[in-house]
Amino acid sequence: MSDHTTQAASAAGAADADLTRLTAVEMADRLAAGTLTSVELTQAHLDRIERLDPTVHAFLLVDAEGALATAREVDAARAAGEELPRLAGVPVAVKDIACTQGLTTTAGSRMLEDFVPPYDATIVTRLRDARMPILGKTNMDEFAMGSSTEHSAFGPTRNPWDLDRIPGGSGGGSSAAVAAYLAPLAIGSDTGGSIRQPAAVTGTVGTKPTYGAVSRYGIIALASSLDQIGPCARTVADAALLHEVIAGHDPMDSTSVDAPVPDVVGAAGTTDLAGLRVGVVREISGSDQGFQPGVQARFEEALDALRDLGAEITEVSCPHFAYAMAAYYLILPSEASSNLARYDAMRYGLRVTPDGSPSAEQVMGASRDAGFGDEVKRRIILGTYALSSGYYDAYYGQAQKVRTLIARDFEAAFDQVDVLVSPTSPTTAFRIGDKTEDPMAMYLNDIATIPANLAGVPGMSVPSGTADEDGLPTGLQVLAPAMQDQRLYAVGAALEARLRERQGGYVIEQAPEIEVRA
Amino acid sequence: MSHLSREDVAHVAMLARIQLEDAELDRLAAQLDQIVDWVGQVGEVASADVPPMSHPMPLANVTRPDEVRESLTVQQALANAPQAQDDRFAVPRILDEE
Repeated sequence: MSDHTTQAASAAGAADADLTRLTAVEMADRLAAGTLTSVELTQAHLDRIERLDPTVHAFLLVDAEGALATAREVDAARAAGEELPRLAGVPVAVKDIACTQGLTTTAGSRMLEDFVPPYDATIVTRLRDARMPILGKTNMDEFAMGSSTEHSAFGPTRNPWDLDRIPGGSGGGSSAAVAAYLAPLAIGSDTGGSIRQPAAVTGTVGTKPTYGAVSRYGIIALASSLDQIGPCARTVADAALLHEVIAGHDPMDSTSVDAPVPDVVGAAGTTDLAGLRVGVVREISGSDQGFQPGVQARFEEALDALRDLGAEITEVSCPHFAYAMAAYYLILPSEASSNLARYDAMRYGLRVTPDGSPSAEQVMGASRDAGFGDEVKRRIILGTYALSSGYYDAYYGQAQKVRTLIARDFEAAFDQVDVLVSPTSPTTAFRIGDKTEDPMAMYLNDIATIPANLAGVPGMSVPSGTADEDGLPTGLQVLAPAMQDQRLYAVGAALEARLRERQGGYVIEQAPEIEVRA
Repeated sequence: MSHLSREDVAHVAMLARIQLEDAELDRLAAQLDQIVDWVGQVGEVASADVPPMSHPMPLANVTRPDEVRESLTVQQALANAPQAQDDRFAVPRILDEE
């Protein structure tokens, strides 16, 4: 008898551990079928967070009480026979760039260490309307400036594949949470690759939707002409479900597109790419462009897989992409310097008062020096300089012209092909500390992801395998014309299915078990 | 060639209301000089007849219906204020001392 009891107990333990391994689709199906409750599912994630997040540090804040309250409501509603949204009861994590009413929202900065928003961002309202328990707020580079999450004022996040490596950035908290099975889904934001590059280096899926497709009301602004919110997930179908929840017009965001949301969920069922024209962008792939051999090898295999699936592969040239990085590092700092002027220590945020009887100006200067980290200061100063009298034409003005040329490169390319592809990131995850002293080396991580933000077109990173030299995950980036986000999901889903067939599972399933560190 | 001197960086930081300490100024000035040199390559692209692009979408004067709605209470609006007084934000002096 006692043997039987022990076996039953350990089976229950294993079942609990397994709950976090389900896909969001499977979770939603089991919740709907009544074979799983949202409280069980949410608690399983909270338990895993409690055990592993002191090591991974994906979360800046965990809201166990709030998440369980939502879960209980969903379970009661389901028991009462209420019709519920598809993802009702499936937990989600939110990047700490989105305002959450009553929950501290820091954007990874000392400046907002104690900021408690009085309202929800529209996307947070949508998650609540979808009845998804919000597990907590995820770590990020300060004000989303960075590619490694090392610029968070609250310490770095670790990559679940190798705890000594970065999880990408700026949304490293969201990508690590999803990769470590701490959350099945997470919200990210992408200004130059902050959803896609973290997805690539953690073996997960991340989408930057078309500019304006998802509301930015209540999102802490970095560069308003580039910022876009999107889903992070372990599978393409899961990402599509979250995409559908958050996308759509919002009168509170004047840049929000008033058009129907493309059928991304339908597209995520694609298994065949017959007749699809795929363009390889010469300027953002290849060993001669500095792409790591293992990254390039998996990219070429992905091209073979796409060909097997019926796609026609051609090479296209986007000659002005060579200037995208330089244009981006003028446009982003210029817009950021303006957006971050609001942190003036007067109405909210950190206030540091120097000795004596300081003026408002001196209080601002001291507060901004104390509240901002180095990367934020670098970009504010660079942007202020690029916009200043006498330099505007040579820097910001010229960058805007280059932006036009990049958008034209995309237009010409999309006249020839339906989607463009490249490796998402030139390397696999680098070691924590490797690039913190060299801002330029950090910037070059985003070489393949930045052009999409400049033109406003959608992009996705989907796992393409692991690199032979280090065993770390690599990503394929897919880009589509504006408002054709469903094409990303079609290509991503077909490639994912093909890789699963060949490797017997998702790439993320090759990640090692996380060892708890003291 | 140096594009951005230590003095330039100090001046721009002052415009941006960031009171840098000396050690920070040394570190950031060297990095910013390198970055400005690199971003300057946008000038290599011939583009006299190319219109500037400030935004991915050609939008102008987007409005929503002018309706009276609930807004934040005074208490909510002041909840994050470093200092408040008489239902207002309390700020340091903005004029020079006499």
